[in-house]
Amino acid sequence: MSQYKEIAYNGLWKQNTGVVQLLGLCPTLAITTSAVNGISLGLATAFVMAASNGAVSPVRKYVPAEIRVPVFILVIAALVTVIDLTIHGFAEPLHKVLGIFIPLIVVNCIVLARVESFAAKNELAPSMWDGLMMGFGLTIVLAILGSIREIIGKGTLLSGLDLAFGPSFKHYVLTIPDYHGFLLAVLPPGAFIGLACLIAARNWAGSRAAKPAPAGGALKPAL
Amino acid sequence: MSETIFKHASKTALTLIAFSLVFTTLLAFVFQATKAPIEASEAAARMALFAQIVPESMHDNDMLKDVITIAPNDLLGNKQPSIANIARINNAPAAVILEAIAHDGYAGDIKLLIAIKVDGRISGVRVLSHKETPGLGDYIDVLKGNWIKLFNNKSAVDPVPAMWQVKKDGGQFDYMAGATITPRAVVKAVFKALQYAQQNKALLFASNSKEHAK
Repeated sequence: MSQYKEIAYNGLWKQNTGVVQLLGLCPTLAITTSAVNGISLGLATAFVMAASNGAVSPVRKYVPAEIRVPVFILVIAALVTVIDLTIHGFAEPLHKVLGIFIPLIVVNCIVLARVESFAAKNELAPSMWDGLMMGFGLTIVLAILGSIREIIGKGTLLSGLDLAFGPSFKHYVLTIPDYHGFLLAVLPPGAFIGLACLIAARNWAGSRAAKPAPAGGALKPAL
Repeated sequence: MSETIFKHASKTALTLIAFSLVFTTLLAFVFQATKAPIEASEAAARMALFAQIVPESMHDNDMLKDVITIAPNDLLGNKQPSIANIARINNAPAAVILEAIAHDGYAGDIKLLIAIKVDGRISGVRVLSHKETPGLGDYIDVLKGNWIKLFNNKSAVDPVPAMWQVKKDGGQFDYMAGATITPRAVVKAVFKALQYAQQNKALLFASNSKEHAK
């Protein structure tokens, strides 16, 4: 496996932040009340992770070990603020959907974890690729969890799409007729139950795949 | 030995300072560059909200700039001074947009925007923010239902004060089964805002408060 393939495999499946590393659970649980919310936060996080990994990797040799964490946090916070201001100024509809989540990305420990464990030790291109893939791995989990909770809880899928992309997208919203929703799925317990099911499914699939041919040679889990 | 420590510490500190300076400069630059677009888009968003409750025919002024400050009071539920926007036609006041806060919702405060016409009737009510249970109490939001439009054209005396309650409490306002606390809080807050407008008519509908306010 080439380096990039391995990074992608790690981010999307083997060390998936959402269901394997279980980092950044606060936004994962809080935001996934609908598919659009989940995907939006996931993509924003992926973008921030790629940008912060990309910003840290070239300067990693100039940062003394003792102060690397404050420097990394400074870089991440500054980048997130820049992205937040830019979206607010030039893409108001998108900001309406994402607005409250973007500042949350600063405190998401996945971002710092990838900067610390990958970008601080690797070249620019693999670092950015790692941030992007880790972010996409999270996006997939958020999208599945958001869809499950939205379908069970509200009987709709992709509601709120029109807020992000304009009224013409309203007819992409799917609705289950005559279903009024099982409220628990949208409330906080639904997040825990849904995520638990996803983790169980991931573990089941992982152990099934591992049995016939024991997996080996892959990267050691970070953190 | 202590000299090495000192050298090392100052090098570390300088690195941190350098990073802080670079990124502060970057932030300051982006903040300046996005300031005007952000203000414009926020004003546009607020104006779009105003347009829902004050029709175009009811104002020819810039409602965002025509404001009076309202001191904290119990009828509006505001603990900080709030801003009321005035709609005018040919300088004559046509309506006032008040912000009211209901503290007795099911979960946290419900912030309302209430437009009251000069004759004391409601032009429109919208929920600015709320934390009511999704799927249960959130029908007060116009995106989830038309309930909030029940208030249109009502005034403090029509219906009579005794009827300013949800049906369950003997009033005339509908509610959805299973979520009475939310509409009860909203009805109460709207009625209190109407009373406030009645009591402060002179202040809210002064012929040209903009010039006389200061």
